[in-house]
Amino acid sequence: MEFNVNSPILFVVAGFAVAVVLAQSICFLIKAWRRARDLGMDMKKLGRTARTAAIFTIAPAAAIVISVITLSKDLGVPLPWLRLSVVGNLSYETIAATNAESAMGLTFGQVSSLTAQQYVTIAAVMTVSILIGIWLVPLIGERLLNGMITLENRDKKWGEIFSASMFIGMISAFIGYVFCDFSGIFRGDLSGLIPVCVMTVSALVMTALGLASKRKGLRVLADYALPVSLIAGMASAVPFTAWLG
Amino acid sequence: MRQESAYLRSVHREGRIWNISVAVILLLVPVAVALIYRTMPDWHGFALGLLATAPMYWAVGAIETVTYVPMLGAGGSYLSFVTGNISNLKLPVALNALEQAGVSINSEEGEIVSTIAIAVSSIVTTLIILGVVLITPLTPLLNAPALAPAFAQILPALFGALGVVFISKNWKIAVAPVLLMLVLFIAIPALNAGTVGIMVPVGVLFTLGVSRILYKRGIL
Repeated sequence: MEFNVNSPILFVVAGFAVAVVLAQSICFLIKAWRRARDLGMDMKKLGRTARTAAIFTIAPAAAIVISVITLSKDLGVPLPWLRLSVVGNLSYETIAATNAESAMGLTFGQVSSLTAQQYVTIAAVMTVSILIGIWLVPLIGERLLNGMITLENRDKKWGEIFSASMFIGMISAFIGYVFCDFSGIFRGDLSGLIPVCVMTVSALVMTALGLASKRKGLRVLADYALPVSLIAGMASAVPFTAWLG
Repeated sequence: MRQESAYLRSVHREGRIWNISVAVILLLVPVAVALIYRTMPDWHGFALGLLATAPMYWAVGAIETVTYVPMLGAGGSYLSFVTGNISNLKLPVALNALEQAGVSINSEEGEIVSTIAIAVSSIVTTLIILGVVLITPLTPLLNAPALAPAFAQILPALFGALGVVFISKNWKIAVAPVLLMLVLFIAIPALNAGTVGIMVPVGVLFTLGVSRILYKRGIL
């Protein structure tokens, strides 16, 4: 059989794996939904949570689609489709593909055609490199989460501060990242200000929507505050880039 | 005293089965392609590629597991580590859902809310990729140069909005880690998009240390 990176059989192979992962998401969703009903949770509120999650996902998912398109120039559609639907993200997958290609004397972004052997090698490197999280969660996930329960049983207030601190620690790292090119302004390069301006716009929109949602009749704004702020921030990047880029 | 519930135990049991099955299926993908096309990997290229990639990924993956699992909950963790895109999608979705519902991830309600948000997000992502890449050729629109700056700034837009919510509620906890990260990222050129994942556990450990001191002194 002649090899082609977009061969229908590769779509079938990738599609099967993606279908299994989709089935896992559906099973976990049904299981959690049933448990919520058994616990007597507010199902309308949960419906809103699900709707907000779906709407919020659209913009990042569009970015993931762009990643698939970027990788597909070298690898065809099926492999990037699989890698970015399961486990991966753009930076990981690009580095893995680049390393695998360069190990065989190829240059990422400049590959016109791959042989079946090269394709299998790249797919194997990308797969083996990224699987650690899938294996580790079943091995240590329960122990980690039971540790959190023990912590909270010992001291409830510290348990809550512990959780909040983890979230803040993670968010502070990403806020720091937004400023990673900031020092360029001292050399006259203003492009490092673009992410800072985008973050500021997003934060301001979130604040405005949060305050507005406290007013009577505008409660619904709280449900859509994050997706709207995300889109507003991303949209502001276009003029900021034209101005500072 | 709260204990692991029967529901949580069943989530772990099923999660293990799902994740190990998916891992095996993923490993079988290159094997299947090799069998279909009657070829073998270029073992030299495989070894070199793996050597250049795996040590960093395995280290980061191990750190991410320890860091993110307590934030995602059981169901959310099993799903997120299978579907990927954790820091740029699954974790923000879970954080926002928990905030909206007013529940803690350490409660069973929080566990359920996080799982529902992450499951919905995973399903929507899969369907969007499927729809756009395979069925509707929106490639020219998404690839339009005019939109490129917007997609390049997704993380600043995301963490601007999330940051304002969590920092305003926990400003005493947030001051020190945010200042530390600003100084580090501005002063050290090596810290960038590629290394932010490594800085997440640094930020988390530092914040936990500061919070512990503040808590012991009665400030929190």
